[in-house]
Amino acid sequence: MADKKRIDQPTGTETVGHEWDGIEELNTPLPRWWLWTLYATIAWAVVYVVLYPALPMVSRATEGVLGWSSRGQLEEELAAEQSRRGPLLRALAATPVERLADQPRLMQAAIEGGRAAFKTSCVQCHGSGAAGSPGYPNLNDDDWLWGGDLESIHFTIEHGARQPGHDKTRMSQMPAFGRDGILQPREIADVTAHVRTLSGQQKVNAAARRGAGLFAANCAVCHGSDGSGNRSVGAPNLRDSIWLYGGDGAAIAATIANSRYGVMPQWGNRLDPVTVKMLAAYVHSLGGGERKRPQLAQAGGAASDGKP
Amino acid sequence: MASPEDLTGVEKSLYAKREPVCPKAVDGKFRRLKWLIMAVTLAIYYVTPWLRWDRGPYAPDQAVLVDLAHRRFYMFGIEIWPHEFYYVAGLLIMAGIGLFLVTSVVGRAWCGYACPQTVWTDLFQHVDRLVEGDRNAQMRLAKAPWTASKIGKRALKYAIFLLISLATGGAWIFYFADAPTLAHDLMAGDAADVAYATVGVLTATTFVLGGFLREQVCIYMCPWPRIQTAMLDERSLLVTYKEWRGEPRHRGTKKASLADLELGDCIDCYQCVSVCPTGIDIREGPQIGCITCALCIDACDKVMAQIGRPRGLIDYATLEDCRAEAQGGEATPVLKTILRPRTLIYFAIWISVGLAMLFALGERTRVDISAQPERNPVYVLLSDGAVRNSFTVKIRNMQARPREMEVAITGLAGAAIWTDAGGRERAGATLVTNVPPDALAKLRIFVAAPSGGETRDEFSFTVRALDADGGSDSVDAVFERPGTER
Repeated sequence: MADKKRIDQPTGTETVGHEWDGIEELNTPLPRWWLWTLYATIAWAVVYVVLYPALPMVSRATEGVLGWSSRGQLEEELAAEQSRRGPLLRALAATPVERLADQPRLMQAAIEGGRAAFKTSCVQCHGSGAAGSPGYPNLNDDDWLWGGDLESIHFTIEHGARQPGHDKTRMSQMPAFGRDGILQPREIADVTAHVRTLSGQQKVNAAARRGAGLFAANCAVCHGSDGSGNRSVGAPNLRDSIWLYGGDGAAIAATIANSRYGVMPQWGNRLDPVTVKMLAAYVHSLGGGERKRPQLAQAGGAASDGKP
Repeated sequence: MASPEDLTGVEKSLYAKREPVCPKAVDGKFRRLKWLIMAVTLAIYYVTPWLRWDRGPYAPDQAVLVDLAHRRFYMFGIEIWPHEFYYVAGLLIMAGIGLFLVTSVVGRAWCGYACPQTVWTDLFQHVDRLVEGDRNAQMRLAKAPWTASKIGKRALKYAIFLLISLATGGAWIFYFADAPTLAHDLMAGDAADVAYATVGVLTATTFVLGGFLREQVCIYMCPWPRIQTAMLDERSLLVTYKEWRGEPRHRGTKKASLADLELGDCIDCYQCVSVCPTGIDIREGPQIGCITCALCIDACDKVMAQIGRPRGLIDYATLEDCRAEAQGGEATPVLKTILRPRTLIYFAIWISVGLAMLFALGERTRVDISAQPERNPVYVLLSDGAVRNSFTVKIRNMQARPREMEVAITGLAGAAIWTDAGGRERAGATLVTNVPPDALAKLRIFVAAPSGGETRDEFSFTVRALDADGGSDSVDAVFERPGTER
């Protein structure tokens, strides 16, 4: 190849000696400043090696005089994020849950924080979209066992449901009418028929009429004479179309015979108060959240006297 | 040009030192055109950010503003949102096709007159001449020893370079923020770090590219000289040395004519070379170093006038004309050179992109809606047996005033909508929301409909501005109900 080098007549420049279909490459010298850019990059490489971790050693690389590390940078960024969120978290801590709705920005921040906390603490039972599954309530709907306003939700999360040894936990127990022999299997079938008529799943027949009497005697004390439930004892509304354990005859009969005892952890002693507040805000925002009912507030006026 | 023989046996260096270019001052019609274009382009560059344009109380009053922080681009009466970026793409296409068009008609006119590298290099070369004198004085000074006078002259020159660079870099940032506020903050030292960094970087690049690299940018760095090779043809107007007229060139015309030699018009006076800002010899033919600034035409015309020959030994000419004239033919009229299929096609494409953009601008609505369904859960059963879906609905109010808008759904029987602010007891067929000026309102909208119906029920959200200006938009969505899987 090299022997094909020649001087190109029109330009007076030497060729490099390569030829492709009659096209030759000229050996035009590079501009000298280009060479200086190469030296500059070499100098920069030396500076970089001195400043930053670069040379691999036996157990780890050289540290560099700046002391930079990706782990250190991450810690710095996390600390910066923590301090950025500081005022917000303090504001949330200082705001009672019943006042949260008055501050839309704070509420929005709480909802977003709750969305994240829900993913770690609640999805195991309630599902990642809070849609629940049989036995674990769907938090998106408008049916609430213990109340759907912000304060009630907060209370439920803080104290849990049916937590042994905790006074304030949501507590109630439905008798196991079949297992404990309170009702005979026939009677359970009759009550089941009556309950199914309450939610319009079945027309009133002889069994249902028999069941109505049994219902009034055994069930109405908690579920109400019309079956619309009672939130103060977590007794579900039997007239709606939402069934936590299934609404078909077999599921209802099983519930009556063996009772149900859904539990939920008491998050107040596992999570910090701000997180509990944020979780309440998030659950309330899912679509079924209720406003605190004025008539309930009046009814409980004596209890809430201490509040401003 | 070195003779090939001179190079044989010479140890060649891999790297070549830059030969300094010290172009001589010249006057003429193209020089005056360059002055005019320099004045106009620099005026546009420096004045534009300071023009005001009233857009009411909710939008900036700067006529041209690239508001990166808020993702808005303002240009007089036009406001562009990020999702309308295709207008910018359209402008870039027009710029590209426009460059093709100009190149196929008049060669590298962009390079010669309007390119910032050319304009600033030209400006810096004037500073060279102002401080150090014209070409010969500059070359003498370059060779002179480092006396106090030389150091002083160089220091003054670089100081002026730096001032120009600072003014260049400083002006750029005013396109990206409110100019008077930013100017005040810059002076007070309160502007954002990125503003100072941008000024610093642009000052440095202007100083280096305009003060030192100059023609090397065009020769070594810029891709356009390479691309234009494909854009030119035999009928593009180029700055051309008419070899058939100039050769054989000869110095000392009197002596030569006495000796009865055959003479061309070129007297080999090197004026065309000494005025060239890129330091080339146009007589070697079209070449990559020629930015077609036409200063050599001015220089040569002056000489031709002095020796009593017709002007235009170096002139804008097409290669085809040169060939025809060399054989004693006539040059094609300029109009015929310009109007040929190739240029007409470029122009047609250019103008259709422009018209399409204008049409789209005229037709665009300043109201926009989009709806994203909640996927987890897809639907929720409500206690009364109805089914609820949730959507994140975004409404864009692209006008600089708050507007009341009505969101409605169509095509879903018995449905009602509400937002998380309302609650289902206030659900209805429509809902009204106030969208802040020039902003996007994000609503979480719940839709409830009877459970009887298709598993996937298609419907649409519509939004309608309630003020006199009106404007509406709609988006398709799907209402999901429990399917057979349950």
